[in-house]
Amino acid sequence: MNRTKSKAFFTSNTMILVYVILAFSVVVALRQPAFLSPATPINLCRAGLFTFCFALCEMLVMITGGIDVSFPAIGCVSMYVPMVLYDRGILPDNGLYFVLVALLCGLIFGLLNGVLVSYLRIPSLIATLATSSIASGFLAFAFGVKDLTAMPTAFTKIYEMNLVTYTDPASGLSYPLTVLIFVPVVLAVVMALILRYTMGGRGLYAMGGNLSAARIVGFPVRRLQFTTYIVSGLITSLTAVMYVILMHNASTTALMGNEMLVIAACVVGGCSLSGGKGTIGGVLLGTLLITLVQNHLNMLGIDTRWQTLAVGIVLLFGVLMTSLQAGRGKGRV
Amino acid sequence: MGEVFVELKGIKKAYEGVYALKGIDLALRKGEIHCLAGGNGCGKSTLIKTISGVHEPTAGEIYIDGQQMNHMKPLDAIEKGIQVIYQDFAVFPNLTVAENIALNTEIKDRTKVVSYKRMRELAGKAMAQIGADLNPDARLEDLSVAGKQMVALCRAIINNPKLLILDEPTTALTAKEVQKLWGVLRNLREQNIAILLVDHKFDEIRPLVDRLTILRNGEFVSSGLISEYGHVRFQKDMTGHDFSTEKYRPEPSDEPILSVEHISSKGNYEDISFALSKGDVLGITGLLGSGRNEIAEALFGLCPAESGKIVLHGKEVKLKSIKDAVKHEIGFVPEDRLTEGLFTALPITDNTVASSLKKYVRAFGLKSFEMGENTKTWMKRLGVVAVSKDVPVSSLSGGNAQKVVLGKWLNTNPKLLVLVGPSVGMDVGAKAEIHAILRDLAQTGVGVVMVTDDLSELVENCNRILIVKDHKIIKSSDNSLSKKEIEALLMGSDQKEEEA
Repeated sequence: MNRTKSKAFFTSNTMILVYVILAFSVVVALRQPAFLSPATPINLCRAGLFTFCFALCEMLVMITGGIDVSFPAIGCVSMYVPMVLYDRGILPDNGLYFVLVALLCGLIFGLLNGVLVSYLRIPSLIATLATSSIASGFLAFAFGVKDLTAMPTAFTKIYEMNLVTYTDPASGLSYPLTVLIFVPVVLAVVMALILRYTMGGRGLYAMGGNLSAARIVGFPVRRLQFTTYIVSGLITSLTAVMYVILMHNASTTALMGNEMLVIAACVVGGCSLSGGKGTIGGVLLGTLLITLVQNHLNMLGIDTRWQTLAVGIVLLFGVLMTSLQAGRGKGRV
Repeated sequence: MGEVFVELKGIKKAYEGVYALKGIDLALRKGEIHCLAGGNGCGKSTLIKTISGVHEPTAGEIYIDGQQMNHMKPLDAIEKGIQVIYQDFAVFPNLTVAENIALNTEIKDRTKVVSYKRMRELAGKAMAQIGADLNPDARLEDLSVAGKQMVALCRAIINNPKLLILDEPTTALTAKEVQKLWGVLRNLREQNIAILLVDHKFDEIRPLVDRLTILRNGEFVSSGLISEYGHVRFQKDMTGHDFSTEKYRPEPSDEPILSVEHISSKGNYEDISFALSKGDVLGITGLLGSGRNEIAEALFGLCPAESGKIVLHGKEVKLKSIKDAVKHEIGFVPEDRLTEGLFTALPITDNTVASSLKKYVRAFGLKSFEMGENTKTWMKRLGVVAVSKDVPVSSLSGGNAQKVVLGKWLNTNPKLLVLVGPSVGMDVGAKAEIHAILRDLAQTGVGVVMVTDDLSELVENCNRILIVKDHKIIKSSDNSLSKKEIEALLMGSDQKEEEA
């Protein structure tokens, strides 16, 4: 019993993912010893921060059995609208107002997703695709394509707040780790607790596993689904604000095209496209792998133009892993 | 005799003016196992839904614990202690045993924060009550069908039901698992719970149930203690007519259809030879893993022969792939017809023409009128009961779905039809209809080969029988065998193995 249990652990998807990440890191480190510098984890955190936050939203939706492709567009609206308002002097120089407007944008489009999916019963892919088009169409129509850089002074202050800063002795370059890293950490912990220890959280898994059974058992299925899309919209807008702070920039298309990357991180991390599966830890590992591949392919001497291809291969690997695992489960019965 | 818990009087239920239930009386007593039987579409499911408050009856009265229920909703039924275990069990494959069992109770108790310890305790208690032994932390997707069913039972038991309803609980169980389930149900009967069981396999229910009620076409046919029923009465009440268990004996014919000579496929079957003449129905039986299915699959190019030859209508044919088989006009009805033989979400028409689409191709598009007409013809000839040719196959009962699979192949005018488990999961009436169709087909010159576990089916319908054991034919007969003899042949060699 114990042996099979530990065997199951070492051959679980999560562990395979860990092996892949380690293997990739070892290969990179062998070719480029610079990989072992403390700058690497700091870079990874910076680069993976947005992906991870978006992946958390995506995971929530995927657990319920849906898929969300609207977060890049919702994110763009949530960063650009307050940015424009601030730029035109409508919003005062107060970070809080900025955040509130951003959250409002996230809420509105989250609501739209929620209504479309839970109450109008439109398949989530189509519904969020529609929301995405509406959001980005609205941006293009209302504001054009101008990049904006002016932001509240509070944001600049936050930008300068770092947990640690590593200065590379050789090059003199400094690598700061932003305090904003706490946002995804807190989000992840809270989410993990909610998913594991509240009835609502279990309800999300239940409806992803068997929607009609969840209804029979007595879960408020529609309300849970609705809430998921709203929460997802809110987290998305919060992430968009962080993007503005860290990138000093907002554009109407800044986040577009991120959806495949994020879905890849989730799927590789063990979320099932058919719902009912997904853990914070898995998504974290998935994000790590995707970010590693994205940021360090060039260290292996591979042209950055191969990035998209590489992400595609990683995604394929993730899907393959789950389907193989499913096949194995079947064979056991 | 226990007191009456649920009583139905003159229950009628109409859907759009059509009566699915035409005045049913039923009394369910505490501490009694009551079986509801009837052919496909007899109204069993509607009746269950009426008792559980899912459907409100059009007319009639429902009494629970002596109290008349009006406008009963599912929640009212649950509060009264009625628990239904549906055919698909309504479990969560991605959650653990403990969660599956306890979630319902947790929701009822308005729990906000989940305690896994409490859930495990609840689950443990429920499992102890029915004598199930499952790992509370195992995921449901890793359990067998029987395991999932036990979880569904536990979840029902945890609510202290007074009436437990099980909708066709044995369809996906092995004989051994059925025995275990029966043990559990007997135990629950001891605890003074009323049990209503939907099942139409007489041999299976006879040792278990106390009382039997038979419905047909929404009408009450008979009800009584199980001891008042025998095979003949059961079949007669189920189907409305006497079944002569007359064996199929065609006129001998010397018009050969198929001749299989010494075909082998390593690890699947060895040196198989048989012949089929016009009018013959050939049956192949054997234990699971004996190679019986592979022989049938050889005829459809699924498990091609590596040596030997197959002669169809005087010409040697090579059957290396399904394409070859289709080219030589061979039809194949798989055992798992719902997933392998049908497009369940598509209408009957699309399914019927699926294997013969070529017939309907014209310059642009398909001849849809002809497709519809041919479908209607087959539906009529095979007796498919459906609202129209345009309803999805998923809305049909098992027997009707099987007829659609048959129709699909018959529409290709096959020379040879190979069937695996032609009547698995069907009720007596539907079985008899399928058998009659197969006999007719054989008479018109279609070669019929069936693989079956059902020895009655084999003996009554096949005038030629092959018994396969360890990938070889151990007995070939022109039906001088009885069920007992076949059993002995199958088991006899088994015992030898055990001794060795």
